[in-house]
Amino acid sequence: MGDFKMPSLGADMDAGKVARWLVKPGDVVHRGDIVAVVETEKSTIEVEVFQAGVVEEILVPEGTEVPVGTALARIGAPAEAGAPAPGPVPPAAAVPAPAAPAPPAPVPAPAAPAPPAPVPAPATAAVTEHPGVVVSPVVRHLAERLGVDVHLLEGSGPGGRITRADVEAAALVPVGERPVSAVRGRRAPARRRRPAPQPAPSGAGGKRVSPWARRVADDLGVDVATVEGTGPGGAVVERDVRAAAARETAPPAPEGAKVHRAPTEPSASDERQAAMRKAIGALMARSKREIPHYYLSTTIDMSRASRWMEEENATRPMTERLVLPVLLLKAAALAVASVPEMNGFMVGDTFEPSAEVHVGVAVSLRTGGVIAPAIHHADRLSVDELMAALRDLVTRARRGVLRSSEMSDPTITVTNLGELGVDSVFGVIYPPQVALVGFGRVVERPYAEDGMVGARPCLTATLSADHRASDGHRGGRFLAAIDHLLQSPEGL
Amino acid sequence: MNDDDARELIRSVIGEVAPEADLDSVGPDEMIQEALDLDSIDFLNFVTGLHERTGLEIPERDYPELATVDGCVRYLTHATT
Repeated sequence: MGDFKMPSLGADMDAGKVARWLVKPGDVVHRGDIVAVVETEKSTIEVEVFQAGVVEEILVPEGTEVPVGTALARIGAPAEAGAPAPGPVPPAAAVPAPAAPAPPAPVPAPAAPAPPAPVPAPATAAVTEHPGVVVSPVVRHLAERLGVDVHLLEGSGPGGRITRADVEAAALVPVGERPVSAVRGRRAPARRRRPAPQPAPSGAGGKRVSPWARRVADDLGVDVATVEGTGPGGAVVERDVRAAAARETAPPAPEGAKVHRAPTEPSASDERQAAMRKAIGALMARSKREIPHYYLSTTIDMSRASRWMEEENATRPMTERLVLPVLLLKAAALAVASVPEMNGFMVGDTFEPSAEVHVGVAVSLRTGGVIAPAIHHADRLSVDELMAALRDLVTRARRGVLRSSEMSDPTITVTNLGELGVDSVFGVIYPPQVALVGFGRVVERPYAEDGMVGARPCLTATLSADHRASDGHRGGRFLAAIDHLLQSPEGL
Repeated sequence: MNDDDARELIRSVIGEVAPEADLDSVGPDEMIQEALDLDSIDFLNFVTGLHERTGLEIPERDYPELATVDGCVRYLTHATT
């Protein structure tokens, strides 16, 4: 329950524009549902909601740019089954709030994609029967207006019902690729298959606050009661506190700071690029100003990894082939386990390691700019899962459709400039992360071993790391761990 | 498949893989991947796209033959006749 706010989608984001709502008042939303599309200077992001309930009111109309943290919609308690869902909304104050709401029961991770939880159908939505298609007149009308063929959609609602969100999601997909949109519905349960997050401990005042976030809040002088949580179950986590602190130190926004832009015209791509360049510049300047970088590099013999991948690909159907960057990503994600100082965030002057490994992948956009969304739990994905995730992420990054969780929580970043032909890259750390791993291209080099010189495919791996979190010795261990992992590619 | 069909196919698949890329700017002997700034994922998507449209199994060892537009045209016309 509470406000759904403009999330911070990366340290370089101050504001975002609500490009499109995928829900309307009365819609039931679940944790992890994509509810809105937000445009930032760098990308178009599908924003997920981190609370379950019913959309009570949309507070910010489409086409409006608002600062991070602005309430975008009000989400009420889940409607009781049988209750008229989209009825008039009582003012929040009138709802008797339990003193300490019980944390939502941890969602068991189903082994197989579970069907969506039964949702009470809005009482008003009469269902028109069409051969094989369950769709309400309202949704059918919307589909007609948006030029979406409902027969090509797979409904994500109860009983396969096609929802408004299905239609609107399909309308976002270029016409030539629309059948793909049906996949989206199937993909949703897969997202829920992610290991269920630990329920965050309850905090006072009915707000769930992680102990670490509370400590950080004390340090930074932030009142956690005013901070909207984006962590598991809406818990306030450290990044929320940090974001709130950053907002407080920023010049106060003018009253009702809604910057209205031309409501229909999308910003010209030139303008977008200039804004992106500015955002990247500001973030990198901050990184160089605040982070005491140190840099290491090592040369890795890639003959085993290359050979293994060639042999593997020779036996695979074309659609399941691997690319080398996947092995590099996996190695970097796994190496974190032996040197955890590389994975996490700086909070003030303190390093907070992350128990989870969300690897940001720097994706260069052909129209200019770079964006580094996360692949969640990259250390736990099989090479094939990672390949699929990378393919999907790169495609969506290029198309400009990323999800809010991907933008907000990478714990370490990998950049792979080798594909552009450079030998090595010493990257700039994305604050508040503490390490960036760079991979250069694979080239044959003279390689001496046991007194013999031979030609081997080699790659230069580099590390840019934050001296506040680690030192060169540990950084060296980290690169050595990556090297070691790449010598046994079958184990990745 | 004749040369024109092959060119049309290449154009169409590149259009899907990298809509913002301009194939017209690429010379017949120029490396497609470099000229259009395609990374390994893009290139894999390109080859997979050719496979999906033609049914051709393209082994990885043949990838170098697909490096240029002319190379692709040659490969596709030979493989489909």
